[in-house]
Amino acid sequence: MAGKVLDIRAISATSSPAPGIRSATPVVAKLIDTSACIGCKACEVACQQWNDLPPETTVQVGTYQTMPETTPDFWNLIKFNEHETDEGGFQWLLRKDQCMHCADPGCLKACPAPGAIVQYENGIVDFQQENCIGCGYCIAGCPFNIPKMSKKTKKVYKCTLCVDRVSVGLEPACIKACPTNCLTFGDKDVLLQKAENRVKQLKLAGFMDAGTYNPPGVGGTGVVSVLAFASKPEVYGLPKEPRIPILVELWKSPLKWIGNFAILAGIVGTFVHYLRFGPKHVPEDAQTQAKPAGAGD
Amino acid sequence: MPTVHSLKPVKVLPGNVLRYSFAERLMHWAAALSYIYLMLSGLAFWTPWMWWVAMMLGGGPVARAVHPWMGLFFTASVIYMYRMWLPDMRITKTDLEWKKTVGAYVRNEEEEMHPVQAIRGFDRFAPVDRFNLGQKYFFWVMFWGALALFVSGMVLWFTDYLPPTMGWLRLLAIIVHPIAFLFTLGGFIIHVYMGTAMVRGGFSSVIRGEVSESWARYHHRLWYDRVMQEAEAKK
Repeated sequence: MAGKVLDIRAISATSSPAPGIRSATPVVAKLIDTSACIGCKACEVACQQWNDLPPETTVQVGTYQTMPETTPDFWNLIKFNEHETDEGGFQWLLRKDQCMHCADPGCLKACPAPGAIVQYENGIVDFQQENCIGCGYCIAGCPFNIPKMSKKTKKVYKCTLCVDRVSVGLEPACIKACPTNCLTFGDKDVLLQKAENRVKQLKLAGFMDAGTYNPPGVGGTGVVSVLAFASKPEVYGLPKEPRIPILVELWKSPLKWIGNFAILAGIVGTFVHYLRFGPKHVPEDAQTQAKPAGAGD
Repeated sequence: MPTVHSLKPVKVLPGNVLRYSFAERLMHWAAALSYIYLMLSGLAFWTPWMWWVAMMLGGGPVARAVHPWMGLFFTASVIYMYRMWLPDMRITKTDLEWKKTVGAYVRNEEEEMHPVQAIRGFDRFAPVDRFNLGQKYFFWVMFWGALALFVSGMVLWFTDYLPPTMGWLRLLAIIVHPIAFLFTLGGFIIHVYMGTAMVRGGFSSVIRGEVSESWARYHHRLWYDRVMQEAEAKK
């Protein structure tokens, strides 16, 4: 959305290198300690308010959850996962669903519109709607089902990690609103350390399966979660080993270059054929000569 | 059995025969022009090197919005083409005979034969009906390609309506669409080259519908013979 103050590390559908040259920009992250979430939805409200998003109609899904999925106008959704343990007990596994800000973003890879998706030096992945053509390929590239297309504008929207706030030294709106310190924001290395400490605490408290969700398949994410049941992220609605879909990779890397080569070979090949063999001429016999006799060739 | 399609007696220039009816020419150009639009806008989405084409077509969002509608029009014209040309496009035994000498055909070696032989048809090429095997292959590449492009294109058109559990369908479409396109583009490049530069008389035949009798006899002798017999029978 905003953010000319930030260098660009990666840019969609652009054949020249991304223009970023600064190397000292720290990579930022949001840490979600799911064990400290109380489901108050203050982050949902703060997100709507700061980003000036229109009120979205809630949908009763049988839980306290506001609606089934994020929408083009609702980028931050607390998922109220109701989980039955092996012993038959009940657990409420709350999770903040939003763009994960992958280090290797599948949306950016799949996007065919130059400059419609950028990744800043600090790791934030941002949609530039003015360049978006509304093809929805980012939806295919995303392993987390995040980009949502607006029926009104035919463009995709998602969490910006409040890049307009972060680029001027503020923390994202959801962080600001969180009353339990479930959400923290800052330098990614520092937050990963913090996450490790929290995991140790949880283990001491008896959650032996506790761990950090920072999936390496997408190069790590800018939104890191501490999960009490880290070996089963599915129970939180998170993919176990997310990565850019293999068909998107095949399409953007080998197929594209094989295709480009084949197209050029076809054009050059037909041209060379003409140089070598030339056109086919029909030997006209005098009786069926369509042209008037003596008209020259 | 191939049939002579709807070549109603039309006034043609002396020494010429009618090769493509008005309906056929109209259908050919409906398919051709819509394909060219789809190819150009598709190439803009395929690689940033071709993005300037989208600018020329009214900008990215416009090209994105028009592309699927043009795809529907192209699909319809291909279906019409299928209905019109299917009898002429079935691959026959003589096509397989002709296939044996396709190398000589590509190298234009028929010109090395004695002209009289070539005219009288005592050539080493199996005689060709209304379309030769290469034309038939092109037709089938375009037909099956158009079908694959249509089905995958519909998925991509309504991609934001797919439920999350159907994501695999979107991924399949995203890979099928460019692969099918590349096959049709290969055929298209060869078709345009042969129809304009290589086989002289081909381009004007699909514009005005007429070819000279010697052209017809030389390139499509079986078809020519049938047309002539029918014309004789009518007299």
